[in-house]
Amino acid sequence: MQRNRLHITLFVLLAVLSLVVAFGDLLLGTTSIPLSEVWAVLVGNSENANYIKIITELRLPKIIVALLSGMALSASGLQMQTMFRNPLAGPYVLGINSGASLGVALFTLALPMLGGLSGTMFMRLGITGVAWIGSAAVLMLVMALSRKIKSVSTILIIGMMLGSAISAIVGVLQYMGSEESLKTFVVWTMGSLSTVTMADIAIFAPIIIVGLVLGIVAIKSLNMLLLGEGYARTMGLNVRRSRTIIFLSTTLLAGTVTAFCGPIGFIGLAMPHLARMTFRTADHRVLMPATILWGALSMLLCCLVTDLVAHHSMILPVNTITALLGVPIIIFVVMRNRNRQ
Amino acid sequence: MIQLSNISLAFGERTLIAGATTRFECGEMVALLGRNGTGKSTLLRAIAKLGEVAQGDIMVDGKAISEIDIRSFARLVAFVNTERVDIDSMRAYDLVAIGRSPYTDWMGRLTNEDRAIIERAMQITGVDKLADRMVETLSDGECQRVMIARALAQDTPVILLDEPTAFLDLPNRYELCTLLGRLAHDEGKLIVFSTHELDIALTLADSIALVDTPRLVHLPTSEMIASGNLERLFNSEHISFDAATKAIKLR
Repeated sequence: MQRNRLHITLFVLLAVLSLVVAFGDLLLGTTSIPLSEVWAVLVGNSENANYIKIITELRLPKIIVALLSGMALSASGLQMQTMFRNPLAGPYVLGINSGASLGVALFTLALPMLGGLSGTMFMRLGITGVAWIGSAAVLMLVMALSRKIKSVSTILIIGMMLGSAISAIVGVLQYMGSEESLKTFVVWTMGSLSTVTMADIAIFAPIIIVGLVLGIVAIKSLNMLLLGEGYARTMGLNVRRSRTIIFLSTTLLAGTVTAFCGPIGFIGLAMPHLARMTFRTADHRVLMPATILWGALSMLLCCLVTDLVAHHSMILPVNTITALLGVPIIIFVVMRNRNRQ
Repeated sequence: MIQLSNISLAFGERTLIAGATTRFECGEMVALLGRNGTGKSTLLRAIAKLGEVAQGDIMVDGKAISEIDIRSFARLVAFVNTERVDIDSMRAYDLVAIGRSPYTDWMGRLTNEDRAIIERAMQITGVDKLADRMVETLSDGECQRVMIARALAQDTPVILLDEPTAFLDLPNRYELCTLLGRLAHDEGKLIVFSTHELDIALTLADSIALVDTPRLVHLPTSEMIASGNLERLFNSEHISFDAATKAIKLR
């Protein structure tokens, strides 16, 4: 019972912190808007058309995207760590993001070479589609290999090698691509939360919600899979069906975020660990919402940092900040695991 | 409870067991003996629906296991293997609770009845005091008991264990096997465990199933000792089996 109270306190704390940071994101940006004006826009009695435009068309979409992508990346990371029984699994490490980049590179760089179509909506949908295909292909490959290879570190090395090989192919494509298409691609790789518009969110949000719902459906299976597939099967789990659900969920979550915001590293890897450390549990009924909340908070924080820097008239790519935040956590986890053995 | 009808098992191209026919009944502790690589694990995995049966039928509770759906089967047979589970931030209680999976709803929520069964399973196996400990801090012996509590929480008439004593020291081995004996005799379960501990098996088990490639010989323990099968299987130029002390000796 005491544990339950601790968990509820932590949930409330994380939610409140996320709200506070989200509000901070609304306040900060290249244009400084006074607090009273921000509030006026939010409750709908502002007169300043410029402020309304900045808040509803720039800052609000950015916050929604940060929130959803943080939730999505961390939830997909948690599912991968459990499914591969590997504390260092995550969309970035296993090369899922690279798969998505290859898809996008082929689409933005190679397709124009063959005389492809253009149009903003077509580009958006196209990039999302190819990012899914790319990430699903890599995930499938890693899953197939992990059936043959039981070693945790071998799978990670293969994931990283796949990532490097794909980057090399992408490099070749960049070299051959036209200047214009190269720019589209490079902007995408920088990873930005602010290129997503309200119209994009209409596609982005429902997909992420479907992915998160699938992740929640998988909670019981994930708990059973903690003990490994053999045990899970003897406890009545239809392993193939569960793997398919988890696979769909992670592809939708990680692939979609990568498609819209570019490759964002380390959130998916680090947040499940933060959730385990703070909530002291491996039960996914607690761990899944905890990880999702940590993911939301961390991306909102990263967003806040880019805003702070943007004050001085430059915008940092968000993946530089997620790396600065995530890497120390991951080093800590690796050191702790070493000490345990 | 379990009936093997003329079953054959293979590992790749190699036939391990051919034409095995026998019955195991509830309330019985069966020790599965045999040399390394003779198919003890393969047999246990086949009964647990984790492996292939090349030929013949395995029946549990009067039904062929291939006909029983996976969720119903999970209420009949529980399985424990040698592998040490290493899960970050997992409490012993939560691990045992996963054993309730065949009975819980889609979210895995525990009812009061589930909690009562979990607590009883932990009491019987003597791990109730470890409930709040993290699995990674448990000793090998404690961890193995927690895994058996998980199988017990699964509330099945049959528990199969693949070398449950493998990483334990001598006192722990005896204690674990005594516990298994209690589960069979007091709780009325059918316990089938594979082991390399001849002396423990011959002292505590009700019957011995011996893999004498490619046959499976299943006899009550005293008859097995008298049969001469053990001498034949375990004697070599360096060691011999002594039926009087039930132990292997150096020549």
